[in-house]
Amino acid sequence: MSTATQAANQTLIHIEQLNLYYGTYHALKNVNLTIPEKAVTAFIGPSGCGKSTLLRTLNRMNDMIDGTRIEGLVSMGGTDIYSSDVDVETLRKKVGMVFQQPNPFPKSIYDNIAYGPRLHGIKSKSQLDEIVEQSLKQAVLWDEVKDYLKRSAFSLSGGQQQRLCIARALAVNPDVLLMDEATSALDPISTLKIEELVQELKNKYTIVMVTHNMQQAARTSDQTVFFLNGEMVEFDQTETLFSNPSDKRTEDYITGRFG
Amino acid sequence: MESNVAPSTTTKMNFKNSRSHLSDKIVPIILFLCAALSVLTTIGIVVTLLSETINFFKSVPFMDFLFGTKWSPLIEPKAFGILPLLSGTLLVTVIACIVAIPIGLASAIYLSEYAPKRVRKIVKPILEVLAGVPTIVYGYFALTFVTPLLKSIFPSMGVFNALSAGIVVGIMIIPMVSSLSEDAMSAVPKSLRHGAYALGATRFEVALKIVVPAAFSGIVSSAVLAFSRAIGETMIVAVAAGATPNLTLNPLESIQTMTAYIVQVSLGDTPHGSVEYGTIFAVGMTLFVITFLLNILAQYVARRFREEY
Ligand SMILES: Nc1ncnc2c1ncn2[C@@H]1O[C@H](COP(=O)(O)OP(=O)(O)OP(=O)(O)O)[C@@H](O)[C@H]1O
Ligand SMILES: [Mg+2]
Repeated sequence: MSTATQAANQTLIHIEQLNLYYGTYHALKNVNLTIPEKAVTAFIGPSGCGKSTLLRTLNRMNDMIDGTRIEGLVSMGGTDIYSSDVDVETLRKKVGMVFQQPNPFPKSIYDNIAYGPRLHGIKSKSQLDEIVEQSLKQAVLWDEVKDYLKRSAFSLSGGQQQRLCIARALAVNPDVLLMDEATSALDPISTLKIEELVQELKNKYTIVMVTHNMQQAARTSDQTVFFLNGEMVEFDQTETLFSNPSDKRTEDYITGRFG
Repeated sequence: MESNVAPSTTTKMNFKNSRSHLSDKIVPIILFLCAALSVLTTIGIVVTLLSETINFFKSVPFMDFLFGTKWSPLIEPKAFGILPLLSGTLLVTVIACIVAIPIGLASAIYLSEYAPKRVRKIVKPILEVLAGVPTIVYGYFALTFVTPLLKSIFPSMGVFNALSAGIVVGIMIIPMVSSLSEDAMSAVPKSLRHGAYALGATRFEVALKIVVPAAFSGIVSSAVLAFSRAIGETMIVAVAAGATPNLTLNPLESIQTMTAYIVQVSLGDTPHGSVEYGTIFAVGMTLFVITFLLNILAQYVARRFREEY
């Protein structure tokens, strides 16, 4: 159903001639890529090929790694996010991130969700209540936790914790959601729940996800990008990339011949 | 059931011991003796302290000791009220903590959250060396440097005073507070910090709202330990705070702490076995009880405020 409409989606993120070095190690090599808004883009590729690195360039989390050097252009909504007048904290507020391991704060469920909004200046109790409820509902966790909001986030199961982390990211009202192997530590049922959630969320958010699970990329993404050794090998509509890859290396990878 | 009969198989395996296990028998015994030695020493100390203290309280009523406001065990008219020594000790300790806890905590936050790896690698060992400087050196630092400095601000201040000693005791325990708090903060998983950064938190917000709360139990333990260490500090106060048992909260006055009193009597010619000599055990016991209670408090607080991660 969607190929035609997805193709019509506006481009939100432009990556041009991007090179990234960790010290002397050349981790991203001349990457060119466009990411459409309100769609799911999946990054696939063997371990160490630079998927997480590229994802972290989108919210500038690489800035915190000593010795990282970056060249090229990453623009989001028409703004070069590496230009000197960009406020990194504001960028990260607009570009949320969910990590491989659920990482709730050692606080209550409520305080986990309210952490971001409080950080950005929301103090009113009723407003926070509202945000907590909305975010948990969006992450399809509300019904399971609404009576236990004061409990520690660690009392939740791994899958619930990961949805809590998604809710926490949504609570600051981002435009983009980055997910780095967000389901790889979860059981199949939790994974499925999160995949369904992603389908819901793409109506409102631009989602970029890294996954090692080929079926997951095929099931949930609109567009897929294949990386190898820091290079972008191929990117296309997910259906096309999986059914009719144009590069031999992509074909080898998705048919499981290496990686 | 024939559960004891092993079914025969074609592949034979045997599990007989081929090495000597002598070391596995002797080593635990040696290790146990070492552990027992320190436990026995502690018991020995407590028993000595306790029996001498009981002896002392045969001549001096317990209530007079605990609530008396005058301490003059060596000079007539004799008085055995510990409150002046207690107030002197508390005065120095509180001043020391006011200096050491904020500075130690701030430097721990700097080291764990802001400092580049290179800086941390240099500063941490320096801090640990500072913690190893003999306290007598700090004592003379207080007397010959800090006191004259303070005297230019408070001309009425005596040569021996609680303020100078307290500040220097504080300086002495900064490395301990800083090092222990830094350990607690470094133990907070990176993933928590990343979660907060990804929400748009600044370094300072991450330090204050994520790292410090998550490391809180460790930080509190380091503060309580610092307090105990300040209470027990002897040389600095003996050198710089004076020898005047004085029930006061004025830091500019000369005072005497419990430890300094014990030093004074131990070095003097007070006859062994006399009531006067017994005072040092009673004072020592008081010190022991306070430190012991503080340690229990530290453990309670650490458990009460533990944030699991
Ligand atoms: N902080 C770092 N310092 C130095 N090198 C790094 C750092 N992080 C990643 N690298 C290197 O950069 C390359 C790309 O790493 P990255 O984490 O982006 O891979 P990935 O595709 O996400 O792999 P995986 O699927 O295993 O998560 C790897 O070779 C890795 O060793
Ligand atoms: Mg990765």
